[in-house]
Amino acid sequence: MTEPIISVRNLVVEFPLRRGLFTAVNDVSFDIMPGEILGVVGESGAGKSMTGAAIIGLIEPPGHIAGGEIYLSGKRIDNLPPEEMAKLRGKRIGMVFQDPLTSLNPLYTVGQQLVETIRRHLPMNEAQARQRAIELLGEAGIPSPETRIDSYPHQFSGGMRQRVVIALALSAEPDLIIADEPTSALDVSVQAQIIKVLKQLCESRGAAVMLVTHDMGVIAETATRMIVMNKGRIVETGTVGDIIKRPKEEYTIGLIDSIPSIRDETRRHEVTPAATQLVKVENLTRDFDLSPSFFDRLVKGSKRSVVKAVQDVSFGIRKGSTYGLVGESGSGKSTCARMLVGLIPPTSGRVLLEDEDIWESGSGTQKRRQRVQMIFQDPYASLNPRWRVGDIIAEPMRALKLVSGKREAEERVADLLEKVRLDPIVMRKFPHEFSGGQRQRIAIARALSSQPEFIVCDEPTSALDVSVQAQVLDLMRGLQDEFGLTYLLISHNLAVVRQMADDVGVMHGGVLVEQGPVDEIFDDPKVEYTRMLLNSVPDISKVE
Amino acid sequence: MLAFILRRLAQSIVVMLVVALISFMLFRYVGDPVASLLGQDSRLEDFEALRERLGLNDPAYIQFFRFIANAIQGEFGISYRLQQPVSELIMSRLPATIELAFTSALIALVVGVTLGVFTALRPKSLSTAVIMTLSLVGVSLPTFLIGIGLIYIFAVELQWLPSFGRGDVVDLGWWRTGLLTESGLRSLILPAITLSLFQLTLIMRLVRAEMLEVLRQDYIRFARARGLSKRAINFGHALKNTMVPVITITGLQLGSVIAFAIVTETVFQWPGVGSLFINSVQVVDVPVMAAYLMFIAFVFVVINLIVDILYYAVDPRLRVHASGSGK
Repeated sequence: MTEPIISVRNLVVEFPLRRGLFTAVNDVSFDIMPGEILGVVGESGAGKSMTGAAIIGLIEPPGHIAGGEIYLSGKRIDNLPPEEMAKLRGKRIGMVFQDPLTSLNPLYTVGQQLVETIRRHLPMNEAQARQRAIELLGEAGIPSPETRIDSYPHQFSGGMRQRVVIALALSAEPDLIIADEPTSALDVSVQAQIIKVLKQLCESRGAAVMLVTHDMGVIAETATRMIVMNKGRIVETGTVGDIIKRPKEEYTIGLIDSIPSIRDETRRHEVTPAATQLVKVENLTRDFDLSPSFFDRLVKGSKRSVVKAVQDVSFGIRKGSTYGLVGESGSGKSTCARMLVGLIPPTSGRVLLEDEDIWESGSGTQKRRQRVQMIFQDPYASLNPRWRVGDIIAEPMRALKLVSGKREAEERVADLLEKVRLDPIVMRKFPHEFSGGQRQRIAIARALSSQPEFIVCDEPTSALDVSVQAQVLDLMRGLQDEFGLTYLLISHNLAVVRQMADDVGVMHGGVLVEQGPVDEIFDDPKVEYTRMLLNSVPDISKVE
Repeated sequence: MLAFILRRLAQSIVVMLVVALISFMLFRYVGDPVASLLGQDSRLEDFEALRERLGLNDPAYIQFFRFIANAIQGEFGISYRLQQPVSELIMSRLPATIELAFTSALIALVVGVTLGVFTALRPKSLSTAVIMTLSLVGVSLPTFLIGIGLIYIFAVELQWLPSFGRGDVVDLGWWRTGLLTESGLRSLILPAITLSLFQLTLIMRLVRAEMLEVLRQDYIRFARARGLSKRAINFGHALKNTMVPVITITGLQLGSVIAFAIVTETVFQWPGVGSLFINSVQVVDVPVMAAYLMFIAFVFVVINLIVDILYYAVDPRLRVHASGSGK
């Protein structure tokens, strides 16, 4: 048997905090063989990223390795002096981060960054390093690398940037790649490509990969063995098939159960097909004028340019049902949602709420604000950090003058908090005292505060862990049954849409390419684009 | 790029016209120029003749055009107080101010950036704490106090450096410089330090704050994960990203150093435009004041133009935006 590339023994990482010692990683041991991809899953705070950071020696102070050993090809590396460790980074151990939009320095061309890294590790002159950089970019799947090498990071799309990041991580042929959520910030179709590139490049070079992710689907498609982590400890280790099909530990079982699958056909409740349409969207169109200024047009003869973000979209949502809107970033989903809640006016077309145009001026606005509410993606950014929870939830009522006195408002807030399964006492607290899932509950309570009929949910769970996601979706469903709410659910997570929606619309380049009942679209897509989207979803049901 | 500069130039011209209007109104409404030129006991006919000769009876817009036409040729009339052409007066004082301002800006920039980087890289060390505390003193003490303090220590007690004036100057024909003689250089030290101290602390605190922010960014972590040397990360990647706000502030500060060096120039009796201005204000020497106003506006406009062009050089993202080509 060959020697493992990396071997971690009883690793402990501690953070001395004001309230005492926090153990981020506790007694973790594993090996990765050459050419092997090891998946590490767990929810936020499970210590999976910290394990990766410990191996490459980049734990943020005051955190430190408090115990255990790390061996790279049999040589102990956790006790190396910082300068020695810096020499290993990039050369022997490469790393890929989550967000490709922020992991490249915006002020240098990708070529400069590649050449800098290559020359640091390999004995090459400028011209040789450049040649190698071009080859690397080509291998990472960047078209015409000879010309693209002199582009700046902002001239690449997210997926392309992640390819550059992978090329950078591989530039000195490291033995081990630590990929920390490499695809979490990308669209499903791009995600599939990036996983493929990463897998291919590692196979061809015989590099070992430690793939850290919260997305079980990605691991199911890529890794051979996996580790499940919770609260700093390893819960379960085994082959991917074993763990997903036959989980032993209770935590793993719960985790896998809470992952929605696009193959899952269990329906929740039936909406009577005859139900009246609450919301009707007719030929909705929105253009964004991105023309250069008048002066530029005059001097340089630049042309006007108009982006058609949403083109001629029509659909209806039945009362008490959920309409799912899916598509990649830039497909116009969120623009659609903003027009539906009245945040931006449409260029043409109408949004009808029970046959009343919500864009009709005057009395329409007040009514629309009461009847239509919105839940946003990021519960960390959508609650004002300087306000108490009670004030946040009461604000829509106060703004719309739905309550008369302070006492009444408080009663209503308490009532709402109970409905979203939170203790009414929390209305005195500030948002930072809550976890992501609890914050999203507060956001839901705020949306319910004006007693709306129609709620637009823009990626309501994409910032949350799977188990929390399951709880929030459960809550949304319960509230729908209780109040007969109508939802527009926007998500790039197709499995969530399958689980929640009654009808689905697929958007691509601003156009609604396909729509229909959810089972029909998912089981028998008519349009090539929908098929491509569905096929590129990494899904745990694909594991044998 | 060219379109961008042209647009900026057009904006600058508008700004200059507005300032010209204000300084023109100074002429018209701050006292009667004829009364200041002629004595109390002149005859009314003389007043009228002088009015006619100076064109003060023409409509206001014609006078304004004349003012601008003269201003473009560097012609601002004759100082009431010194009976010399204003442009000559300003030109004779300008080198002193420019040399002082640029020297102090250079000190502020070099020392400020160095200290800022140093304190950002060692956020917890004792020397950082000492520097940060001293910098607070630097911002909170008024300039004249610092100047007087420095004069007391280095000129009066230690007698190392002269306490006032510009020392010997060398005449290069169009520019009289103090940088080429020993006494000129020695005279420059104290006022330059005094003038730079505030800017220095400002730049240092700015660089430190920006640098701490940048060091938290993902691309710095990624640069470390790529195994780059500390030097390359700190100075190649981190420092360059802090430069955009630093350029803005430094540019504006350089403008105000030139424009408002008045206090320092007064304390050190430095023969620059600042002290010329102060003396002119005391005797309502309107042509000098108007010209000074125009001159300061011009300095700010030029510096802002340079700052904008520097942004271009530093940040590639702006280049794409301004050329309008998108992705």
